[in-house]
Amino acid sequence: MNQLPAPDSIELRARYPDVFDRPILARLATPAMIIGAFGIFVFGLVGLEFSPARMLAGLHQLGWITLLMIPPDPGSSLPTYLVAMGETLSIALLGTTLAAALALPVSLLAARNIVPSNIFRFPVRRFLDSVRGVDTLIWALVWINVVGLGPFAGVLAIAVSDFGAFGKLFSEAIEAADEKQVEGIRASGGNALHEIRFGLMPQVLPVIAGQVLYFIESNTRSATIIGIVGAGGIGLQLAEQIRVLEWQKVSFLILMILVAVAAIDWISGKLRFAIIGRRAVA
Amino acid sequence: MTAAVPILPSQQLATLNEAYRQAIARKRLRITLATAVFFAALVIAAIGAEVNLRTFFSHFGNFVGYFDRILTLEDGTRVWTNIGEWLWGWRKWLNLLGETVLISYVGTLSGAIFAFALNFLAAENTWPAPWLRFAVKRFMEFCRTVPDIVFALIFVIAFGLGPMAGVLAIAIHSIGALGKQFSEIVENADMKPVEGVRSTGAGWIWCMRFAVLPQVAAGFASYTLLRFEINVRGASVMGFVGAGGIGQELVVAIRKFYYSDVSAILLMIIVTVFVIDIATGWARGRLFGKDARP
Repeated sequence: MNQLPAPDSIELRARYPDVFDRPILARLATPAMIIGAFGIFVFGLVGLEFSPARMLAGLHQLGWITLLMIPPDPGSSLPTYLVAMGETLSIALLGTTLAAALALPVSLLAARNIVPSNIFRFPVRRFLDSVRGVDTLIWALVWINVVGLGPFAGVLAIAVSDFGAFGKLFSEAIEAADEKQVEGIRASGGNALHEIRFGLMPQVLPVIAGQVLYFIESNTRSATIIGIVGAGGIGLQLAEQIRVLEWQKVSFLILMILVAVAAIDWISGKLRFAIIGRRAVA
Repeated sequence: MTAAVPILPSQQLATLNEAYRQAIARKRLRITLATAVFFAALVIAAIGAEVNLRTFFSHFGNFVGYFDRILTLEDGTRVWTNIGEWLWGWRKWLNLLGETVLISYVGTLSGAIFAFALNFLAAENTWPAPWLRFAVKRFMEFCRTVPDIVFALIFVIAFGLGPMAGVLAIAIHSIGALGKQFSEIVENADMKPVEGVRSTGAGWIWCMRFAVLPQVAAGFASYTLLRFEINVRGASVMGFVGAGGIGQELVVAIRKFYYSDVSAILLMIIVTVFVIDIATGWARGRLFGKDARP
């Protein structure tokens, strides 16, 4: 068996200076970043009043709560919970649909290949960004002031906050569309609206449908929480039961949410495959 | 430049047209059916969600009016005519916003650390025992499906009011979300370096450290920054349930109808979210190049 020649370190050093003699700044960059990150972390722990004693006491409490949660039991309020769950699903479906319907025309205004002028596009984009920067729960509080407590406020809250997200996603989908088909329509004498309707929409709609379905799924999750501020759905029940410390009901409600989200997940996954094909989803 | 377009003989054209019409008709029927089902679902949902268009239209003025009112100071002038009066509590609010960002930071980082430890047990190509992998994956699913604010509600009772509950809620949610994304990155890693390291007789830990980690570290950091950005938004409402940050102040302002305060706090939240968005976007671009943006 041949012995490998012992590596000549001097020659190696000469041949690969980048590996052996990295500049000191490059060598220190990563550790410095890590130390900085942990410095802020520790500062945060102190600033946010973390203490081992509180942590232990809290974990102790949490253990008790978990024990009290078993077994999940709805008591006699199962029908109420089922109705609330239906309400939540309704909120998610309606809110998302409304948002998509409103966002489609606006997203056209925010797409580079439709509105080439930066001056028009910029305010639309910033407007969508600010709508998106405000959390759904805040929108729910605002809408409660307008239409009163109840699921309708939830629908509007989800619609508005998704409007911002959809506007951005749709306009990106539109910008990614192929120009050739639009040019084809133009060549055969179509006007601007024809170009959008027959050149862009057939390309963009499946993508948009996929995104809308995905959002219905994630909105089921958001719709479960807007009840916490009084905008209807299962969150209202959940917050109520947590406040009165009915832990068995709480765990039952959480289980219901998990099952509902999994079911919607499954259905929308199937539908997405049906619409845009297995390839495009991944 | 008038080239004659060749026209097919009418018989051939008729069969082609017929086939086309049939194909289209089938598609149309399917689309019509799907639309009908969809609208039926919408109507049922509208009844379920107690949608009342009359309330909506009669109160829509309120919505516009609400924004009119939150942009008006108590003495009836527009807020931007007297910035000092509008942002009178900026010192307090900035403090609370700082707390919000810190909650998000500490929560994201601790979540990321746990997710980092767990994701190697959830990825398929790092050979965890099947039962372990199953358990870890279900745990992560649980963590990310239960909304963070629900965790916050429970933690507020267990750990007491204050930012600690918010941090823990965000950390738990981040474990679920980041753990999934991390394990997907690991599953996409190239396995040849791992074989190389294994062939030198290295154990599992060393395979992960020298073969997998260098490939996935950039992706991990990028996703963590993105999650931080999302969590700042989430932390801004943690105060609604008493878990610290600016949310407390906002919910009080909205509920007690301190109109100009609402707009001032909202403005500060939006600006903070913008700044964090831009900063993390810049950091990710700087650290990992444009293509690392997921």
